[in-house]
Amino acid sequence: MAFVLALVLALPCAGEAAAADRRSGSDFMAPETRAMQADDMSNPAMLWVADGEQSWHRPEGAAGRACATCHGDATRSMRGVAARYPAFAEATGRPVDLSGRINLCRRTHQPAPPFASESRELLALTAYVAYQSRGMPIAPPQDPRLDPFRANGGALYERRIGQLDLSCAACHDARWGQQLGGSVIPQAHPTAYPLYRLEWQSVGSLQRRLRNCMVGVRAEPYAFGAPELVDLELFLMGRAGGMALETPGVRP
Amino acid sequence: MRKRPFATLALIVGMGQAQADDALAPFEVVGDAIARPLTGAAGDAGRGERLLLDRRRSLCLLCHSGPVAEPHAQGTLAPGLGGVGSRLSQGQIRLRIVDMKRLDPATIMPSNHRIDGLERVAAPYRGQPVLTAGEIEDIVALLVTLKE
Ligand code: HEC
Ligand code: HEC
Repeated sequence: MAFVLALVLALPCAGEAAAADRRSGSDFMAPETRAMQADDMSNPAMLWVADGEQSWHRPEGAAGRACATCHGDATRSMRGVAARYPAFAEATGRPVDLSGRINLCRRTHQPAPPFASESRELLALTAYVAYQSRGMPIAPPQDPRLDPFRANGGALYERRIGQLDLSCAACHDARWGQQLGGSVIPQAHPTAYPLYRLEWQSVGSLQRRLRNCMVGVRAEPYAFGAPELVDLELFLMGRAGGMALETPGVRP
Repeated sequence: MRKRPFATLALIVGMGQAQADDALAPFEVVGDAIARPLTGAAGDAGRGERLLLDRRRSLCLLCHSGPVAEPHAQGTLAPGLGGVGSRLSQGQIRLRIVDMKRLDPATIMPSNHRIDGLERVAAPYRGQPVLTAGEIEDIVALLVTLKE
């Protein structure tokens, strides 16, 4: 019985890279791009991190509070936080990602209107907070309330979508390391978000990346902030558990 | 009053369906081939080559390599198209481009001339096949010339 169970549990992972074989997207990059990410002086995303540090200390909203008013020194209070997001939010009864958490704080604690998705302010604050966990292992929370949402993310990952009728797994589990046109297919580990993408000439979120992949298979992408995108993020972070956070990354 | 938007929606969906059917050419599969051209006439290999090179329209070179473009921008997810004209007949090539899933439901190769069984297709592509019947014939005309 135990043997059968072990077999059944092993099956869904058949195409997925074994833990020892897991590789960050940065492992597939050209040496110049890797060097750009590794050197803070040439990593363009560090400008967003610097902006985020300023926002951290800027009082805003009706109560005139800054993030620092409640959380103090981010280099201490925010260390390790990004590594365990998305996390369960009592307020909504759902998982929330790091940007979503920042906007919840704005709405309820500052209080101030939430930043727009992909706005410079939101990306900068998210990058600054996530930067405090750089080098730390991704540590998905062992919160059973997250399980159904993670399972839904996994189902979305396996689902064929779009005019091209492809699933995430078809490329990222079964064919990573191969060439799709001129690009190498990475394993889709979300280790470095928000990150600077040369193609975007900007910093973007993990949700932006996921929407790009959906558009690539000619599917209707989910709207920024949609529960489906957060569930996918939750699933991907679980799949990348133990890998080192690289935020802010650089990608081609 | 409240029902109205739904009635309108049903109408739009209904019309899309009718339009979509027009977008597909009828064809007959015999064995693992479609012997007759979808358009009733042979395609043009020159136009087929231009289509293959325009990867936003034909997508073939995202997955395949072929003796037609710079090698570093070609895919490695599928067999090379060089020599395909020696390996397969014209009719076999046509079926594989039209609907590879008839031969292998698990394949990653998109069905280029089929609109059913798809989920969350983006609005501009909804009810439209990846390639028109004429485009498929142009690509078939090119591929049969790719001999070993
Ligand atoms: C047809 C192939 C294909 C499909 C299907 C696909 N992707 Fe991707 N994905 C890619 C490629 C190629 C890249 C790398 C792009 C680049 O770096 O230029 C990528 C990048 C990514 C990354 C970024 C990894 C990093 O290191 O930053 C994530 C995360 C990701 N995909 C998740 C997904 C998810 C989730 C889905 C399904 C909704 C999906 N992908 C569907 C091809 C695909
Ligand atoms: C997303 C990937 C993908 C795309 C896009 C794609 N193919 Fe394929 N194709 C495959 C794979 C994989 C196979 C191998 C058979 C299989 O796995 O089903 C294949 C097989 C074939 C074959 C049979 C080759 C042989 O030697 O047996 C032909 C012909 C072919 N493709 C033509 C095309 C053409 C023409 C286009 C564009 C209109 C195209 N393909 C687009 C993935 C793709």
